[in-house]
Amino acid sequence: MTPAPQALATLPIAQRRPSPSSPSLTHLQRLEAESIHIIREVAAELRNPVMLYSVGKDSAVMLHLAMKAFYPSQLPFPLLHIDTTWKFKEMIRFRDETVARLGLNLLVRRNEAGLAEGITPFTHNSSIYTQIMKTEALKSALSSFGFDAAFGGARRDEEKSRAKERVFSLRSDSHGWDPKNQRPELWNLYNGRLKAGESIRVFPLSNWTETDIWQYIMRERIPLVSLYFAAKRPVVERDGQWIMVDDDRLPLRPGEVPEMRSVRFRTLGCYPLTAATESTAATVPEVLQEMLVARTSERSGRLIDHDEAASMEKKKREGYF
Amino acid sequence: MLGFAQTEELEVSSKSETVSDYLHAHERKSLLRFLTCGSVDDGKSTLIGRLLYDTQLLMEDQLAALAADSRRHGTTGDDLDFALLVDGLASEREQGITIDVAYRFFATEQRKFIVADTPGHEQYTRNMATGASNADLAIILVDARQGILDQTRRHSFIVSLLGIRHVVLAINKIDLVGYSQAVFDEIETAYRSFAEPLGFVSLQAIPLSARYGDNVLSRSAKLPWYHGPTLIEYLESIEVESDRRAAPFRMPVQWVNRPNLDFRGFAGTIVAGVVRPGDRVAVARSGVTTLVKRIVTQDGDLPEAGAGEAVTLTLEDEIDVSRGDVLAAAAERPEVSDQFAAHVLWMHDDPLIPGRPYLIKLATSAVGASVTHIKHRVDINNFAKLATKTLEKNEVGFVNIMTQAPLAFDPFSRVHETGAFIIIDRITNHTVGAGMIDFSLRRASNIHWQALDVDMNARAIAKGQKPALLWFTGLSGAGKSTIANLVEKRLHAIGKHTYLLDGDNVRHGLNRDLGFTDADRVENIRRVAEAAKLMVDAGLIVLASFISPFRAERRMARDLFAAGQFIEIFIDTPLEVAEGRDPKGLYKRARNGLIQNFTGIGSPYERPEAPHITITPDLNAEEAAELIVSHLDRGCYLGSATG
Ligand SMILES: Nc1nc2c(ncn2[C@@H]2O[C@H](COP(=O)(O)OP(=O)(O)O)[C@@H](O)[C@H]2O)c(=O)[nH]1
Repeated sequence: MTPAPQALATLPIAQRRPSPSSPSLTHLQRLEAESIHIIREVAAELRNPVMLYSVGKDSAVMLHLAMKAFYPSQLPFPLLHIDTTWKFKEMIRFRDETVARLGLNLLVRRNEAGLAEGITPFTHNSSIYTQIMKTEALKSALSSFGFDAAFGGARRDEEKSRAKERVFSLRSDSHGWDPKNQRPELWNLYNGRLKAGESIRVFPLSNWTETDIWQYIMRERIPLVSLYFAAKRPVVERDGQWIMVDDDRLPLRPGEVPEMRSVRFRTLGCYPLTAATESTAATVPEVLQEMLVARTSERSGRLIDHDEAASMEKKKREGYF
Repeated sequence: MLGFAQTEELEVSSKSETVSDYLHAHERKSLLRFLTCGSVDDGKSTLIGRLLYDTQLLMEDQLAALAADSRRHGTTGDDLDFALLVDGLASEREQGITIDVAYRFFATEQRKFIVADTPGHEQYTRNMATGASNADLAIILVDARQGILDQTRRHSFIVSLLGIRHVVLAINKIDLVGYSQAVFDEIETAYRSFAEPLGFVSLQAIPLSARYGDNVLSRSAKLPWYHGPTLIEYLESIEVESDRRAAPFRMPVQWVNRPNLDFRGFAGTIVAGVVRPGDRVAVARSGVTTLVKRIVTQDGDLPEAGAGEAVTLTLEDEIDVSRGDVLAAAAERPEVSDQFAAHVLWMHDDPLIPGRPYLIKLATSAVGASVTHIKHRVDINNFAKLATKTLEKNEVGFVNIMTQAPLAFDPFSRVHETGAFIIIDRITNHTVGAGMIDFSLRRASNIHWQALDVDMNARAIAKGQKPALLWFTGLSGAGKSTIANLVEKRLHAIGKHTYLLDGDNVRHGLNRDLGFTDADRVENIRRVAEAAKLMVDAGLIVLASFISPFRAERRMARDLFAAGQFIEIFIDTPLEVAEGRDPKGLYKRARNGLIQNFTGIGSPYERPEAPHITITPDLNAEEAAELIVSHLDRGCYLGSATG
């Protein structure tokens, strides 16, 4: 190349500040625009996309962004929820309210064979349970509807192994993730061309951090399941963690007596597998504050967790999100 | 949607009011994306780890103090290995996992940062380019003990090629050279003179020690002679975005928003300039202009929107706009052309071959394209221009590109988003290259075909036939020419107008200058296909008989023709049979190593996936010819004259 020989002078920093008439965007505005761009690209280029909706905060943000992307039109694709039947009751209620409020097309799928076999979080260890009730159900739903793109709310900051994940993640016809067969992503140019049977997972929130998510929820006043906010809830202490007694299907171990404690959840999933944290944070700013302060102790406890990263890699290859 | 939605103060208990203020202030941070370039052991991981760690503590301290109720965090041992925080690429590389870039996130009071971290030396060009493509700034790391190395030059070149205009020269491990100003000055001076032609708008050299934290977040007492900003001060304050809004308005249309008959909006991300209702905009490719009516978002209409915002525009007039179009300031429009010169970085194991059909994605449009000529390759170590016929993986070349339809674009140096493209392989769908447009080679309007009164249809009617190209493919000795000859004779006998192109009549004339390398084979087929296209346009039924072993080349030929004009005929004779015939003794010579790249022996034959006609080995030549002619008849190629 022949780079244009330009003046190399270093401008004083002050002169490069934006003039009042040209405000630069805030980080949330840039993240929002990037996500909307990604969501629109998928709607325009893929034949039959679907948005995975897990009811959690990341799904809430992703859905909010999608509504903005297509306003005033309705979403040009359906939502898909994989219901393991062990979600918190409150999640299902919130899910149905959201669908009604926004006029969405929601598909709900369960692994009926798994249910018939009696697979529960208590009969099988959590990774087998998740594989069967979540991953398998997801794969079969994607195949049976012939979806060629599925939006997921995963973020790169969630854990180290995700740091290098692409925005468009290519999956083989068996939904496998071949780490050697991923496409480079430059600029905002995403390559969504697929061969028959192939599909992509798309992660519009790749560049968001957990803090960004909460700040955006605060800015946009996005409704969330109340489980994210502290309230007195019936819990038992099990293996050093607080587990909520969401219904009478939770087999109590000898000595376990449900007690009311002020708790909230940082992530949401199947209630017997999701630990609550003791907290009094009942509003978004309070949660943000608690979260930011809490990091110090969390991190000093465990700087690196190699096993975790490796196991995530494995899950992904099996078709887990 | 990006207008600042009014964030009313949320109701919070009085206890956390100050925290709430703090959090609201944090909502209005700006974002800086940067890339770190350094080779193994320069301290890249240590530096990133240090940034992640120190900034997080800083934020927490602030917040903890404000909330005044948090316990003190634990002490951090001096021997913490910061590199561990970002470690994790090495093992994956060993497993052969392709990692282009890993992204890291941290934030300070002023800004949120996204760091693109690209792994070591292997594949560095491709990886760095990927990371650089979305970065506003690059930190080029130098080990103070080593000074400027070849890799420093390489990194700087790639950074400049990808359009990064702001660079920090981080002179690391300054502790290991006794915090010496002389060393720092020497490296900075050398770098400035070397980087002169790279077009950086700002260049800041900072002495630092990633390991001990000097000048990373906190100013170092050991560097009293240095009066510039610390790394984080600099990253927090540098302004990199303002020029995007100053450029003329551009918005590639992503999606046409049509909820009902009364609303027709054009959704897209503004990549340059600003737009307001009432502005005159042009649809770049058609040249039609109109006024912007509304800037629609879910949070209400906006009075103005600028670069970086994702919006939906409505227009005053009902004009033709679809995905792939660019809405642009009417007074300053993009180029529209089907030929341009560009720098291309090749990213795939199969080399770039001129003439091969690829797909180009530029902004929101995707078109067929090929490289017509590689002007030179750039040696990224010394910027020397070298002659070449192909581009290998990780090589950068300056090329001419021709697209099948005109594209609207800007030179990359002017607007990145309308000047950058990726190259996609048409068969595997891989992203195989990335390019940056330098300039348009001609205006498409100058080459629009003369609208001739006598067109193909008129000629076809005069000849009583439907023109087409019959493409015979198969191994040498498969019987292509024999069968093609018989078909031509039959067509001639019933008064059809034909022409037969085969290796013999083409190789001696039109393609006399070509040999049998992969690149030459591609060019051979391209010329044949173009010549055949003219003949089909002249109304002829053309028979082309070429081994044409590669799918990509047959595809290229087919793409020149309208549906129904190209008929692929696969002479499916097994290798043993063809080799047994060996009419010209070629197989024997190939087996004896006298002919390189002979199809079936030293070079593969890729079977057609869906030929229109397959001639199976059980048919003799006459039967084959009969089958083909009856196919033409059924497809109405032979007009009424056959009766
Ligand atoms: N003395 C000193 N050592 C450093 C500094 N930065 C990095 N190192 C050391 O240099 C070695 C390589 O650093 P690392 O961050 O792994 O390099 P990378 O390969 O560029 O990521 C490690 O042993 C670091 O501890 C520095 O500023 N001063």
